[in-house]
Amino acid sequence: MSYFGDIYKGIKTLLTGMSVTGKYFLHSRKGAITQQYPDNRDTLKMFDRFRGEVVMPHDENNEHRCTGCQKCEIACPNGTIEIIWDRQIDPETGKKKKMIDQHIYHLGMCTMCGLCIEACPTDAILWAQNYENSVYDRTKLTKVLNQPGSKLMPGVED
Amino acid sequence: MNITLSITKTIYEFLAGYLSNDAANIGTMVTIALIYLAIFAVAGLYLVLLERKVAAWFQLRIGPNRVGFWGLLQTMADALKLVSKELTGTVKADKFLYNLAPYFVIVSSLMALAVFPFTKEFQAFDINIGVFFLIAISSIGVIGILLGGWASNNKFALIGAMRSGVQTISYELSVGLSLLTMILITGTLQLSEIVEIQKNGWLIVQGHIPAIIAFMIYMIAGTAETNRAPFDMVEAESELGAGFHTEYSGMKFAYFFLAEFINMFIIAAIATTVFFGGWLSPFGITESIPWLGVFWFMGKTLVLVFLIMWFRWTFPRLRVDQLLTLEWKYLLPLNLLNIVLMALIVWLNLTIQF
Repeated sequence: MSYFGDIYKGIKTLLTGMSVTGKYFLHSRKGAITQQYPDNRDTLKMFDRFRGEVVMPHDENNEHRCTGCQKCEIACPNGTIEIIWDRQIDPETGKKKKMIDQHIYHLGMCTMCGLCIEACPTDAILWAQNYENSVYDRTKLTKVLNQPGSKLMPGVED
Repeated sequence: MNITLSITKTIYEFLAGYLSNDAANIGTMVTIALIYLAIFAVAGLYLVLLERKVAAWFQLRIGPNRVGFWGLLQTMADALKLVSKELTGTVKADKFLYNLAPYFVIVSSLMALAVFPFTKEFQAFDINIGVFFLIAISSIGVIGILLGGWASNNKFALIGAMRSGVQTISYELSVGLSLLTMILITGTLQLSEIVEIQKNGWLIVQGHIPAIIAFMIYMIAGTAETNRAPFDMVEAESELGAGFHTEYSGMKFAYFFLAEFINMFIIAAIATTVFFGGWLSPFGITESIPWLGVFWFMGKTLVLVFLIMWFRWTFPRLRVDQLLTLEWKYLLPLNLLNIVLMALIVWLNLTIQF
């Protein structure tokens, strides 16, 4: 490339860059992405990919999708998830089957890496979008994800 | 409306009524120095606020908006905080030079402000070598940076200071030569006369092609001389901590910080005076009211300050070798060619006069 060609190309690319940032500058009034948090506490809705904490959704019959396979427990790099399980008799088939008793999640140890959610084969656990997770007592950070008396949703294991 | 704009004369005449001649002279100097110091400390703070707001808008943020209406008192609060902070330093620092360095920087940048004609006759010191004085003064500031980096006894500070030396010595040339190009048209170094000459059209119009080239070179070199991004290798945060002022805290740090912003204002103000007609209104629309010139001057200067900020929030930082290549292989030869071109245009009377 020639000397003057270099200069022409240099100025042109610099102006291209400036026009891009200039456009952002002009649109900043409408498109500001800053959330003025305590002010808009009532209306603030976190975006879908925000990682607040791990939750296990239950449907209206108090049924979850966790089969107790423990893949999330193995995938977790710092032992945040603990699954207490036992073999119970399945009332439908009458056979002994692995079932979860408690799916314990220590939010205080969680680094929000998301490996447990990727590992889950039945999509039993998901990210919640809540962001006010501070508590006054450390024990409140240890959560049992499955609700008391809940059972496995039929058809998940098929 | 009749406002006396010649401040030096007015204050002198007021004081001469009460004091002897010498005392009135000294009193005038001190008063004007205090006025300028106060005005530009506040102006510097608001430039910092402007920078933060502009940066926020470029990055789709909101910026400071809590302290005062629209965040207008944010930098005042910051300055109060800095005043109340402890002045720390390293044990093995050269104490004398370490304490001296911030004053070099702030004094040199405040001295440069004295010669600007803010409007007709509103000028503290109408020196007949104005442009030369400005170039000379603006390169004294780098001594403060070098001293600060050297005396801190910190390797990051030293590297930052040395980079500053390299950068300022190189880009001084381009600033000086691009202003020299414009001096070929004006034929005078006195800033008030440079503005007078532009009543026939701003110099960027009078000098057309070479003037525009000179303006571009001046803005690039001026940005480099104030050590601002994309030429901010002096305080490159990702490499050097904070560069030459790593070891400074409290008010001494604030002096460096303020001086950087006042320097940016000075660079923009020189460009306004030399290229864009200083306090002259476009097409002379407010010529009958001279005090409006202050607003024209400030308006033009702030537009150029915005341009420098636009550079900062667009371009990535250069490497040292790229910086020197840009100066010695591109800006300097172009500048020399540009001077020849401008000389030809002035010689052949090809300037555009209204």
